[in-house]
Amino acid sequence: MTMVEGVIAVLGLALITIVTRGFFLFPERELPMPAWLQQGLRYAPLAALVAVVAPEIVLTQGRLIDTWTDARLPAVAAATAYFYWRRDILGTILAGTSVLLVLKLGLGW
Amino acid sequence: MPDNPLAPGPIWREPEFARGARDMTGTALGIAAWALLTGIAMAKSGLALPLAILMSLIVFAGSAQLAALPLLAGGAPLWVIWATALCVNLRFVIFSAGWRRYFGALPRGQRMRMSYFAADLNYVLFLRRFPEPPPVARSVPYFWGGVALNWIAWQVPSMAGLLLGERIPPEWGLGFAGTLALLALTYSLLTDRATWIAAGVAGAAAVAAYALPLKLNILVAIAASVAIGLVIDHTTTRAVQPEEDLT
Repeated sequence: MTMVEGVIAVLGLALITIVTRGFFLFPERELPMPAWLQQGLRYAPLAALVAVVAPEIVLTQGRLIDTWTDARLPAVAAATAYFYWRRDILGTILAGTSVLLVLKLGLGW
Repeated sequence: MPDNPLAPGPIWREPEFARGARDMTGTALGIAAWALLTGIAMAKSGLALPLAILMSLIVFAGSAQLAALPLLAGGAPLWVIWATALCVNLRFVIFSAGWRRYFGALPRGQRMRMSYFAADLNYVLFLRRFPEPPPVARSVPYFWGGVALNWIAWQVPSMAGLLLGERIPPEWGLGFAGTLALLALTYSLLTDRATWIAAGVAGAAAVAAYALPLKLNILVAIAASVAIGLVIDHTTTRAVQPEEDLT
């Protein structure tokens, strides 16, 4: 990716922030919220997050993880356990990251 | 920070401005930690530092930024990156309909300026403070107090994370902290059987279709997951889903 492409990508992302945050505030007259949007909201953000996350967790260079000494799996397990214990997003990230660092730095995985 | 057209004097002198900022301090620490991690993840994703700084300053939407990183690094085409960020940001569209109840009578320029700064937690805290719309002379200063503190609590640690991330060796694997952050957000959205199934479909499709060019597996996964979710919604009894217009 060249710098120019990167800048275009970032400008587009900023425009998406502006358009989504201001969507119903932009028109002068009030718009009814369409039903498909109401329903799409329930699944589209979840789907987009999972679609990005899942390959990052289980694939290496496009292939499924084929070793147990990959720090990502225990990190994900720790994060998952913490979330269902405490329901706290920040603690979940810290729990997973701690396990990751211990395995990477301590055991050299 | 604009002057409040409805009251004399600068807006940060208003008591409601201070109140808005004060109400935000409770969650500011969490926002700051999240921003620090996002900054580190951005630095470790291979994004050039000036580009990462620009992204933090103008995109100002943490989950969309984190979701865009692996796609940017993987050379996905722009429209796939933008479509993914758009899906992640769809919640803001719903919030904007909520903001309209409070700020719909203000001039359009002012509405747009305000909406850009309105993050998730600002919406939550604002609705807690004002369940019903008060006069805008009170709600506008409260709004700016909250978003000002939120902006600082996000941007300063984000910049610190970017600079810190530059010094952390890649072997630490801290880029994965961004994935863990998105994972935690995902768990918070899994509320019932339908969302679990939709998530399972999205994950399986994204992995199975990984070999597709242009990172199209992301869009395949989103389409499959939303389709399954809507099918579940339309085949289960109405009673299980909250209806919007029970009035």
